Amino acid sequence: MGRVVVDVMPKPEILDPQGKAVAGALPRLGFGQFTSVRQGKRFELEVDGPVTPEVLAAAAEAATQVLSNPVIEDVVRVADSEADAAGTVLSEGLA
Amino acid sequence: MTKIGVVTFPGTLDDRDAARAVRLAGAEPVALWHADADLRGVDAVVLPGGFSYGDYLRAGAISRFAPVMGEVVDAAGKGMPVLGICNGFQVLTEAHLLPGSMIKNDHLHFVCREQVLSVERADTAWTTEYALGERITIPLKNQDGQYVADEHTLDELEGEGRVVFRYEDVNPNGSRRGIAGISNAKGNVVGLMPHPEHAVEAGFGPDGARGPRSGTDGLRFFTSVMRALVS
Repeated sequence: MGRVVVDVMPKPEILDPQGKAVAGALPRLGFGQFTSVRQGKRFELEVDGPVTPEVLAAAAEAATQVLSNPVIEDVVRVADSEADAAGTVLSEGLA
Repeated sequence: MTKIGVVTFPGTLDDRDAARAVRLAGAEPVALWHADADLRGVDAVVLPGGFSYGDYLRAGAISRFAPVMGEVVDAAGKGMPVLGICNGFQVLTEAHLLPGSMIKNDHLHFVCREQVLSVERADTAWTTEYALGERITIPLKNQDGQYVADEHTLDELEGEGRVVFRYEDVNPNGSRRGIAGISNAKGNVVGLMPHPEHAVEAGFGPDGARGPRSGTDGLRFFTSVMRALVS
């Protein structure tokens, strides 16, 4: 089973009210070193077989047509989840 | 009798109020179902407010792909009057019938208030019964009501006179240039965040000149479209 990760972020020029609220909360919780926060979305699309170039192309199409709204958001990544296995292991290790 | 369709998506809240507004204006409301690619012979369509499909993904994003929306987009292209209220406005932007989009209110709170608007266009299918520059009061209630578009699109909307309503006295959600509602180039498709269908009957509307709950400023949306359809 393969998995494609799609990351969607608010466009840089769009004020991100959610990220701003998180940025306001962090210093109150002792995380004063973060000067800005932007909050996006991560989608994980699973397929039965391996992640082929065709699967990635279909995921990219879904990302631009459905998963994001180009008026307010950018698709910043469409990738085989195996490609960032190191990051996945790290986040599991932290949890 | 003029037939005005009111679409129900899963999670729509204000379809009954919209149908009631249509009836009070003197037209026949026709219930339209999101899963039916059929407008049932209506003369105009209202996309009411609510949280269609739970607003998952983005407000209006999934509704845009409902079978009925293909028909609405086709009919709008041929000039049928379409009104999107709140979530319905969000659906119209996701369906590319209107430009821009709505994001969370700048203050992040759900807002529910009696909102003053100025009428900036009194010649769209849904606003002919208003006077240009008139101030009207109708309820506003939403979480994702901040209208955004890039500067070029905003300039285009202003230049083409497609800003139909602007927030007055206070900008309740951070909307760019105080925009509360816009139209397409032809003026048959109008979308706005505030709710005209909640201000159509004395006793149930916002406070008005004739006393508490007496405001009926929203009713003329529906009488306007009846006039537009006759002429």
